[in-house]
Amino acid sequence: MRESPSAVAGPAPDFTDAWSHLLRSGPGLALPPQTLRRVAATTADLLRRALGDRTCDTALAEQAGTLLVEAHFTDPEILAAAVALLQIQPAGPERVPAVAGAFASGWAAALRERTLREQEAIQRAAFRAREDAERARNASEARFRALFEHAAIGIGIADVDGTIVQFNQALRELLGARPEDLWGRRVTELVHPEDAPGVWEAYEDLVRGRRERFQCDKPYYRRDGEVVWTHLTVSLIRDEHGEPRYQVAMVEDITDRYRLQERLRHQATHDPLTGLPNRTAFFERLEGLFEQPPPDARFGLCYVDLDGFKVVNDSLGHETGDQLLTAVAERLDAALAPLGHLVARLGGDEFVVLLEECRGDQEAVAVAKLVLTTLARPFLVGDQQLTIGASVGVLAQRIAATTPGAAVRAADLTLYRSKEAGRGRWTLFDPTHNARAVSRYAISVRLPVALDRGEFFVDYQPLCSLADGSLVAVEALVRWRHPEFGVLGPDEFVGTAEETGLIMPLGRWILERAVGQAAAWVRRYGEAAPQINVNLAVRQIRNPGLVHDVTSILDSTGLEPGRLELEITESAVIGPEDESLRALQAIADAGVSLAVDDFGTGWSNLAYLRDLPVSGLKIAGAFVTDPHRAGTDDPVGWRIVGGLVSLAHALGLTVTAEGVENSQHARRLRSLGCDWGQGWYFGRPMRPERIARWIERGRPD
Amino acid sequence: MRRPEWVPAGTDVETPNAARVYDYYLGGSHNFEADRDMARQAMALWPDLPVIMRANRAFLRRAVQHLAALGITRFLDIGSGIPTFGAVHEVARAVHPRARVVYVDMDPIAVAHSRLMLQDDPLSAMVMADMTDTGDLLSRPEVTDLLAPGEPVGVLLVAMLHFVTDAEDPRKIVGALRDAVPPGSHLVLTHASRESRPRQADSLAELYARRTTTPLVMRTRTDVAAFFDGWELLPPGLVWLSEWRPEDPESVGPHPEQMSGLAGVGRRP
Repeated sequence: MRESPSAVAGPAPDFTDAWSHLLRSGPGLALPPQTLRRVAATTADLLRRALGDRTCDTALAEQAGTLLVEAHFTDPEILAAAVALLQIQPAGPERVPAVAGAFASGWAAALRERTLREQEAIQRAAFRAREDAERARNASEARFRALFEHAAIGIGIADVDGTIVQFNQALRELLGARPEDLWGRRVTELVHPEDAPGVWEAYEDLVRGRRERFQCDKPYYRRDGEVVWTHLTVSLIRDEHGEPRYQVAMVEDITDRYRLQERLRHQATHDPLTGLPNRTAFFERLEGLFEQPPPDARFGLCYVDLDGFKVVNDSLGHETGDQLLTAVAERLDAALAPLGHLVARLGGDEFVVLLEECRGDQEAVAVAKLVLTTLARPFLVGDQQLTIGASVGVLAQRIAATTPGAAVRAADLTLYRSKEAGRGRWTLFDPTHNARAVSRYAISVRLPVALDRGEFFVDYQPLCSLADGSLVAVEALVRWRHPEFGVLGPDEFVGTAEETGLIMPLGRWILERAVGQAAAWVRRYGEAAPQINVNLAVRQIRNPGLVHDVTSILDSTGLEPGRLELEITESAVIGPEDESLRALQAIADAGVSLAVDDFGTGWSNLAYLRDLPVSGLKIAGAFVTDPHRAGTDDPVGWRIVGGLVSLAHALGLTVTAEGVENSQHARRLRSLGCDWGQGWYFGRPMRPERIARWIERGRPD
Repeated sequence: MRRPEWVPAGTDVETPNAARVYDYYLGGSHNFEADRDMARQAMALWPDLPVIMRANRAFLRRAVQHLAALGITRFLDIGSGIPTFGAVHEVARAVHPRARVVYVDMDPIAVAHSRLMLQDDPLSAMVMADMTDTGDLLSRPEVTDLLAPGEPVGVLLVAMLHFVTDAEDPRKIVGALRDAVPPGSHLVLTHASRESRPRQADSLAELYARRTTTPLVMRTRTDVAAFFDGWELLPPGLVWLSEWRPEDPESVGPHPEQMSGLAGVGRRP
């Protein structure tokens, strides 16, 4: 057999260079150059020796493979490239595969070892991390259990069906309950008659996931039957998918605070002498009636003043006077409280009876008579028999037709008339007399200075589209913050202002204020800002300066004329020949809209509408309200409204219905084709800030 | 007072984790199937990722060597992950055998692994902390010990800040670290950038956001440069990974921008 040439052959002379180059690319990048050089030199040497000497053991090649893995050459591409390079070395035909195979085997075995080592290390790390987490979780749970169990505040956890699943010591003590009283009980069983309105609605919202938490003050019955007052915070806990899972209640005992508050509240709302509710309490109750009353609700007032009390006080002394007042109070309360009426002492010898529900004048008069007969019997004070009479001003009104302040003023004035007419009697409120009296009393004297003193302000009542309820316009309504009588509405002083001529500066002031406000809304909200409606008094229309006033106010505020609508009454214009028609024409020419206000209450001359430069018609409130009151099965009134709407539309006028008090009205009017509505259903006159919020949110508060 | 120890999240091996995915890119086996699956998807989008990660690793080594050569013996490696080879203490100790390193990470498995590796090393410490809460990080005893002598420190934020969202205010974090270290300290920073390959970068970011708990935020060169406010950038400035002080001109390669990572070292004056 011939000597194999491989005995003398070996790797190519450039093998070391080629080998180094192969290692430098790829993973070698991350190694320091000197390390790379060392690894390249060592492994190249091992391979050269393995290839060059057939007596030599292929273990050298295996060792080279191992070294490469240790130097982080773990990428399989390296193995492929290395084997390819070995294959082309001019060694013997058995030698090359043997060396390449041994190299690959060394590399693979080292990689396997390394992979197992690393997997073991990372598994150990994961195990350790989980152990640590478990320990932390246990410690955490122990801490939370301690926190939960020893918290000073009562804590209870229930599922969303309301079944109590967990509670702490403090909650048990607060409710005076044993664990078995609470386990598995339903939260909804813990009702109390004094639960604030809305609490259970808030609870429903919470467990259905519509809100995250709520807070309230809530009474609970303890197991012993006592009541504990609490401040309650309930929060919703959701699961990882965001579904409501648990509710957590934190319950704080505020019984002492609550009792103190109650006592303070009693002191603040009760007269210390007689124990009757005082002026504050009376006004609270009265104002409460005015919050969202049913449309036709009525109430009554009997304003009571003792006759000749001053004489008793002056001649028999304050102490006797006080005893008499106490006796009067007791007797009034005993007679009237069982009937469900509120008796309050307003001060001095003035008392008031509030009939929260009152069918009409007759019922209020009956109460006044009862007051008089109740007080008719003599009073025993000390050892004296005292006889004291009283005068009563009686008033019964629809809540919708007045305000608390106006009603009390009216009752007071009626009492005054009663006294003037001779004592010991009742007198029924008379609206015409009242208006005159209010004027006489307060308006004429004060009115001239009121404007200078800044006692007027403007509220805004919304006009809404009947089609979609959106806010389209607001009517400016002047108010007078009278230092004595409180806030007065326009009905109470505009008449006098017209008579005295003060309507001229007042009217201009209202126009400036309202247009300025409208311009501010336009700047802030742009197209979303409502049109502004301002009332013009007859005397203003007859004033030659009106056109100039309107245009200069528009100029100075920058409001587009088309966003202003002036409301005039039918009586403002006598006929086509009237002087004021020219002024209205000039205003209309300037781009300002005009609307006829209160249509249907006066002359209601349909023909003249054609001659006036108006673009809107407002159907009087009474006109809208009456058909409803006549009953829905009497369609005549509605037919009249429907006729007015068609007529107005034929003339190209926008029709606004005033006095819209409920959704039936609104629906009916919409079906009749009426454009806009105004009235309590859409909103009462309100402060401009509320209108601004409405514009912002696109809906009322 | 010690903070209450909340139960750390992230001990499950079903969710891919950035540190273990990085290990896979580098050819390591310190990872689980979920990590490998995620890494394979990423590499399908961007086959160069292993090369980029090696370049990042190589930069870290060169930067630490450079700092050690400047005399720095204390290092704070934030977001250290699972250092398989070329860990900071190994590199630094080639120059200063008593170099100290505090490693910081918030992944419990990476932390546990590092603690197992370092258990016999008195000069290294592993801190589990969330670096976005710098107040907490800087108050840890291991970190206060490192800073106590007032000697300059090498602060490493290598491939770290791109896991911090803008909402977490990374500039404020870097600022707080800068204010906490003495003058002469250095900041070593690398950051993923979408500039050279926007499309691939975006799909990669999307993958991280979807699969991991650490979304990837690519930033522009200007944004990354801003992290060096209050630091003086050492030459050659903010450059592509392989361009920073290469040991061998060949290792820069013809297209350093393909590395898609920006690197820089700044000195606190």
